[in-house]
Amino acid sequence: LKIAVCLKRVPEMELRFSIAGDRKSLDQSGLKYEISDFDGYALEVAICLGPDGVQETLRKALAMGATRAVQLKADDVPVDGSAVAAALAAELEGGAYDLLLFGRMATDTGSGSVGPMTAQLLDLPCVTAISHLELADGRGTARRDLEGASETVSFPLPAVLTIDEGIARPRLATLKGIMAAKKKPLDVRPAQLGEVRLTVESMALPPERSGGRIVGEGADAVPELVRLLRTEAKVL
Amino acid sequence: MANTFAFAESRDGNLRKVAFEAVTAARRAADGSGGGEVHALLMGAPGIAARAEELGRYGADVVVVVEDPALAWYNPEAAAATAAERLRAGGYRAGFFPASAQGRDLAPRAAARLGVSLASDAIDFELQGDAVLARHPAYTGKVLVTLRLTGSPALLSLRPGAITPAEQPRTPKVEQARPAMDPASARVTVTETMQRTGARPDLGEASVIVSGGRGLRAAENFKLVEELADAFGNAAVGATRAVTDDGWRPATDQIGQTGRNVSPDLYVALGISGAIQHLAGMRTSKTIVAINKDKDAPIFKIADYGIVGDVFEILPRLTEEVRKARSGH
Repeated sequence: LKIAVCLKRVPEMELRFSIAGDRKSLDQSGLKYEISDFDGYALEVAICLGPDGVQETLRKALAMGATRAVQLKADDVPVDGSAVAAALAAELEGGAYDLLLFGRMATDTGSGSVGPMTAQLLDLPCVTAISHLELADGRGTARRDLEGASETVSFPLPAVLTIDEGIARPRLATLKGIMAAKKKPLDVRPAQLGEVRLTVESMALPPERSGGRIVGEGADAVPELVRLLRTEAKVL
Repeated sequence: MANTFAFAESRDGNLRKVAFEAVTAARRAADGSGGGEVHALLMGAPGIAARAEELGRYGADVVVVVEDPALAWYNPEAAAATAAERLRAGGYRAGFFPASAQGRDLAPRAAARLGVSLASDAIDFELQGDAVLARHPAYTGKVLVTLRLTGSPALLSLRPGAITPAEQPRTPKVEQARPAMDPASARVTVTETMQRTGARPDLGEASVIVSGGRGLRAAENFKLVEELADAFGNAAVGATRAVTDDGWRPATDQIGQTGRNVSPDLYVALGISGAIQHLAGMRTSKTIVAINKDKDAPIFKIADYGIVGDVFEILPRLTEEVRKARSGH
């Protein structure tokens, strides 16, 4: 099986974010980057779009076991998933891959659109947010959760899948893997981005919630809480 | 004046709440651009047309009904082909999908078919000239991004619960249409479906969610959470990842970055400390109540109302007081 995995480099979410002077981007100082959570679960040919900083991400993917890596070079990653999908489709087309894997969504934008868009552009079968996968005889069977329901689907290869957590344990980068990764091929090609029609107008930190209000301690505070829910929040 | 489009999500012959949210958003967009029509696309097994009237209640002027026995269950390929065809033919200013499991699957496919862009998981939007500004919580909800979307139609998916369905009743014109692709010829076929049974509403549909964390200490203590949910009437019960990982509650109950993103009117967090993974899934709730023994727990920073103390002491009292308040005493 020839498998390609499309990765996104995202900042570590544990950090405190601040907005840069342009009000449209994050202040980069102190940001640390990692492979988007959902993407760490399966790796073969690793593909990542972005500036040279993503090479570090790709080396990590190589250390986790990918055999080769491709950087689709762009000054930055457009927030427009359709522009990114166009670049990925251009790279993947004709690559004779059996499976194209994406994370269910990136942890930064939380959009989850690039995978199904790429599938559509390549006219491949696509199953999103799968939590279980079996492959046999040129076909796949996957399970996906649907908010209080789940379905099992069958599909022919090649196909595009977006992977939910829990489908596989992310491989750990061993010291041996890290050493080997340095010698594995990492190709750099310009990203053939599609037209960008979605841009960041502004960014802000969410307003501090008015609350943080401690009504009281212990069960004696309950009547006051219920009164507030009734008269102030009007949710009772 | 421009018409707008809404995808009316259904399951098992019933509309989901997110369908009314999408129609409400489309109504607002149509009114905001000089009073166009709202066209809702309703797909399902034969008989789904009976639901068209409900969409009229929230402001749909036209309901395009696509019935086919093979559409009894969500069929991504047929849905994407049909939605894209309708969006292309209708000349809409904007199209709204839910950012539900179904909508998140469908909207990007439809956008790619049309060659337009999609603003995903919006919690609010406004029309601005030829553009649409969409607000979207990014970076696990720690940053609020305003996106500028151009192109026609502008496609948005809406975070479930973020738009409150508003009634603007009218009698919709019902148009029957055929799927743009034979649903039986889809490459991805559903071989098995499983529905969770139970009287409680889905987390995405409930206006009140009562949610429990590790602080509840054991699976059996969730009966206290269930009792509070009952006291609220039709509340849903959620849980943190720690709880679902330990098997105290099913994985489908998990709220957070890797689980469900919810925005109910009221979110009650019981014994939940407030890890960022959890906050990412519920911080857009309209009112948040937290009960936790640790006064420094991060959940109190985003809670509107907090009580510090032993959840086992507070919870039964809260259930009792909520029951009283709701019965008018």
